[in-house]
Amino acid sequence: MNPVSFLAQMVRIAIPYLFAATGGVVAERSGIISLELEGLMLVGAFSATIGTHYSGSPWIGVLCGILGGLIFGLVHALATIRYRADQVVVGIAINLLAIGVTRFFLKLAFASSSNSPRINGFGGRAAAHGFDNPLLWMGLLAAPVLAFFLYRTPFGLRVRAVGEHPGAAASVGVSVNKIRYIAVAVSGMLAALGGVFLALDQHQFTDQMTSGRGFIAVAAVIFGRWDPVKAGLACLFFAAAETLQIQLQGNHVIPSQFIEMIPYALTIIALAGLVGRAVAPAALGKAVE
Amino acid sequence: MTASSVPTGNPAIRMTGIEKAFGSVRANRGASLEVQQGEIHALVGENGAGKSTLMKILGGLQPPDAGTMEVNGKDVTGWSTSDAIRAGIGVVHQHFMLVPTLTVAENIVLGMEPVKGGRFDYRKAVDEVKTLSHNTGLEVSPDRKVADLSVGEAQRVEILKTLFRGAKILVLDEPTAVLSPPEVRDLWTVLRGLRDAGGTIILITHRLDEVIDISDTITVMRAGQTVTRLKTTETTPSEIAKAMVGRDVALTSRDEAGILTTPAHGGAIGQPPRDDEASAINVTNLCVLGSRKTIEVDGVSFSIRAGEILGIAGVEGNGQTELIEALAGLRRIESGSVRIDGKDVTFRNVGERRTAGLSHIPEDRHRRGLILDYSVADNLVLGLQADFVDKGLLDTDRINANAEAQIKAFDIRPPVAGMPARNLSGGNQQKVVVAREMGGAFTVLLASQPTRGVDVGAIEFIHSRLREARAAGKAILLVSAELNEVLALADRVAVMYRGKFVAVVPASEASEESLGEYMTGTRKESAA
Amino acid sequence: MNTRTKEQLEEALFPPLVALLVALIFGDLLIMSYGQSPAMVYKLLLQGTWGNAYGFGQVLYKSTTLAFTGLAVSLGIRAGLFNVGAESQLAAGGFLAALVGLGLSPAVPGIIAVPLCMIAAAAGGGIVGAIPGWLKVRFGAHEVIVTIMLNFIVLALLNYIVAAHLHVPETLHTPEIHAGSVATLASIIPAFHGSAANFTILFALIAASVVGIYLFRSRRGFELRAVGLQPDAAEYGGVSVGGVWLRAMTISGAIAGLGGINYVLGYKHYYEEGFTGGAGFLGIAVALVGRNHPLGVVLAALFFATLSQGGLAIHAFVPKQMVEVLQGVVILAVAMSVPEVRAVLRRARKPVTA
Repeated sequence: MNPVSFLAQMVRIAIPYLFAATGGVVAERSGIISLELEGLMLVGAFSATIGTHYSGSPWIGVLCGILGGLIFGLVHALATIRYRADQVVVGIAINLLAIGVTRFFLKLAFASSSNSPRINGFGGRAAAHGFDNPLLWMGLLAAPVLAFFLYRTPFGLRVRAVGEHPGAAASVGVSVNKIRYIAVAVSGMLAALGGVFLALDQHQFTDQMTSGRGFIAVAAVIFGRWDPVKAGLACLFFAAAETLQIQLQGNHVIPSQFIEMIPYALTIIALAGLVGRAVAPAALGKAVE
Repeated sequence: MTASSVPTGNPAIRMTGIEKAFGSVRANRGASLEVQQGEIHALVGENGAGKSTLMKILGGLQPPDAGTMEVNGKDVTGWSTSDAIRAGIGVVHQHFMLVPTLTVAENIVLGMEPVKGGRFDYRKAVDEVKTLSHNTGLEVSPDRKVADLSVGEAQRVEILKTLFRGAKILVLDEPTAVLSPPEVRDLWTVLRGLRDAGGTIILITHRLDEVIDISDTITVMRAGQTVTRLKTTETTPSEIAKAMVGRDVALTSRDEAGILTTPAHGGAIGQPPRDDEASAINVTNLCVLGSRKTIEVDGVSFSIRAGEILGIAGVEGNGQTELIEALAGLRRIESGSVRIDGKDVTFRNVGERRTAGLSHIPEDRHRRGLILDYSVADNLVLGLQADFVDKGLLDTDRINANAEAQIKAFDIRPPVAGMPARNLSGGNQQKVVVAREMGGAFTVLLASQPTRGVDVGAIEFIHSRLREARAAGKAILLVSAELNEVLALADRVAVMYRGKFVAVVPASEASEESLGEYMTGTRKESAA
Repeated sequence: MNTRTKEQLEEALFPPLVALLVALIFGDLLIMSYGQSPAMVYKLLLQGTWGNAYGFGQVLYKSTTLAFTGLAVSLGIRAGLFNVGAESQLAAGGFLAALVGLGLSPAVPGIIAVPLCMIAAAAGGGIVGAIPGWLKVRFGAHEVIVTIMLNFIVLALLNYIVAAHLHVPETLHTPEIHAGSVATLASIIPAFHGSAANFTILFALIAASVVGIYLFRSRRGFELRAVGLQPDAAEYGGVSVGGVWLRAMTISGAIAGLGGINYVLGYKHYYEEGFTGGAGFLGIAVALVGRNHPLGVVLAALFFATLSQGGLAIHAFVPKQMVEVLQGVVILAVAMSVPEVRAVLRRARKPVTA
């Protein structure tokens, strides 16, 4: 096995996870459950495809992708914060909505129910192994940058306080809802970038192209114990397992389905506290009056 | 030491005619408060007198329904939390408002973090907290996580939090409820220091010894109203107690009269049962842990005879809740035993204890006693559901017949079996619980705060039911935060303090003053 | 069950009505974005579903699975649990039903084979449901995350078994079952010819009645709902909260698993990878819109089946994907209006003081 190609493939698989998982961390640390990462990624991928297709510039695509994620993130925020809707239900609804919306507009824009035409992307020189893609570097930096914000800025302190004990934050005049709105909006944009990377990397949008990646990101958030860097490492680990499975394909050492199970099984084990307890932010899932 | 400052100009706080209702409960009914700058002002009253509500309004957590409030002569009626903080009001809540996963320094600066180049300057936060901590005598290490602090330390963080925000008027809600005596002494030193530096302090409490100890001026509240305002140097504990309990309230005078005129029961009033005598419930060396794994019930033993009411007096949080839960089968018993009618039920579950003859009026009807979305009829069989089964299904006819009978017997209004319990008034909700627990066969009744938050009519009704049950030969364990309720109903009174029975006396020999000393731990005596 | 009050009915009925209205408005916008007339498209949608026997048969077929998964999710919610695992429970149920159907001899009569396959389906779903229930009771692991993760694990496992050992070459499905088939409705009513509607729909209706009796007339149901509303009060009433959680998750999984019989016994007569097609997730929507009441769930299942089949009927004018958007809108609107409606109604009526 060639280590360079292994690393390149692993990173390429990991980038969507990294964007989505950091998005999940920021929303969940503020107390809002993020089951909608899958939908946000899908919307990001589709918006980026539209933007790139009509402008020819992948950078416009990136902006459109972020905008799409922002809009869906704000819908999520409005439903869960303003209307105190059940966060799990809203997450699932956003996922369904994202599938429907992307399919509908795929049909409207490109008269296809499976995929878009080919679009431009970033980089692509064979020798660079994908490392000439600026989005790839953004993805690798997402987790450390979020860690900086979360642990080293006043805003991060407030996010952590709001997710743990909203009452305490409110008692010193911190606006709990404002912090949550911002966190969920940021989460929407970050998760969408995961989808943007996918679409630009594959040079097209295909129906349901995220195929469960958003849930792997959810798994990484929990397995990484709601810490951006640990969640990022979990993403890299999951991606490594997948890469291994792809590169070993044909060897039939382990059936691919069992490799697929790894992130999910590890998450359940972490939740059950068998390998150190994964403790969620205390106010996760709780709406405030 | 206790000379209060002479009023000069505007008082620091003036609240007048404050009204506040939560649903059908009127927490404040024209309450008023006037506090001078530079004094320690005690706000006293029984549980539910409306003290905390008044302070929440002052701190901007809730707007008043009516009334006005002024701070330093400025009208601030209905302001927000951040307005209050900016104006120098700091509230230390009974339940700490601290983020357990953050450090002391992070908690203190939250919302006004020192910033350097866009970053949160944590070192500076630590330094500032250290300085503040040193200047005020509130010693606590800024780098520790709040989750690792003792309760006393956490309280210091709460006070530092308000001082960091420049609080000049400090409100402390029952600050000593969770403190050990040395911690209380330290707190007094700190508060006096703050006062001498020109600070104003409002202390909410219902412990009279503390009031005498620390305050300069006293405001007494009762049933949502301000009763009187006293100078500490010019009053006595008994005068304060009388104001708190209120001689002119119909309910209390009736109950006090009850003590004097109604011999509680037979000739055996107040005599502790001898061991050889058959008792309905027998508890030996009971030890129970609280939710935080601390010992909350520490080797309690007692028996109650048939036809006797044992009242437990004590400041809330001294193990009464855990004791009742352990007896009811809702909390694990670490050691000791419980026998009902001679049968050991120490390791029996809730249902088995009920079968053994135990009934239980829980302290919180909204959390435990009722399922608010269930109908009155369904609530009247909660816990008895196994007895209302016919051919594998719930016997609706019998459930409804039971409901009709109980509604009539206990005068539950409106008399609609199908109405959700949520829609009843507090008094009628409690009657549903009482009907279920006392309307059938039982040997022993645990009655925890049986009249909390209910109207006068319902209190009277429930009291007479308890007396009738005693006359019918039931054994009753009564826990109440209302001392006069315990005195009015019980044959014997046990005082619980820090998980132990510190005194057990016949009700005829008990007085509010003598019990008060036991309740506050100023007097100790081995349990009978 | 005692008579529900008018207020409780209002709290239950307003949110779905609000959601329907919102969905109609969104539908108008989507249809007009495609340059079509909403009135025409809605008319077409109704004609293609309730307007002809084939379309109606398809609605009945689709609503059968949705009724099972909707009942499963709603029973969990009644116990205060969110079962997001109906998708994999449904798959596991269908798989085990097919396995038993394959294992039986063709000579076994339907009166024996069908119940055996159904027991297998319930067992398959029940096991998948019991795992998160047990993990919650034993370790406090949150059932939402566990059921989501289990979806992927169980589906991967089933895919592996079928792909590695059971599939008909060149397909993703097992061979046809030998015993346990359930007749189509067309065998009695020829007008349904061509539609997938079959007699498993009767089992769905029976399941709805049984769930209704269990929840509202049995002691266990009384206790289950008590745990869902106020666990502390249920514990006070002598109910083992953990026991109810485990039981509720197991029953919920079993009901979802039973949904597998619609496809496996009634329609294709084999297990196929991906036959669930999101019916497990849509079960959440069905439970939500049906307000967790068996009758509401059946009606909501018909509603979502109508939307889904209606999408095909309008496809020539507006992409059928429109109905997927509307599904999401309906769920969002119900979720958002439930707390809002309750708050408004409770503010409007004061507690009765006597």
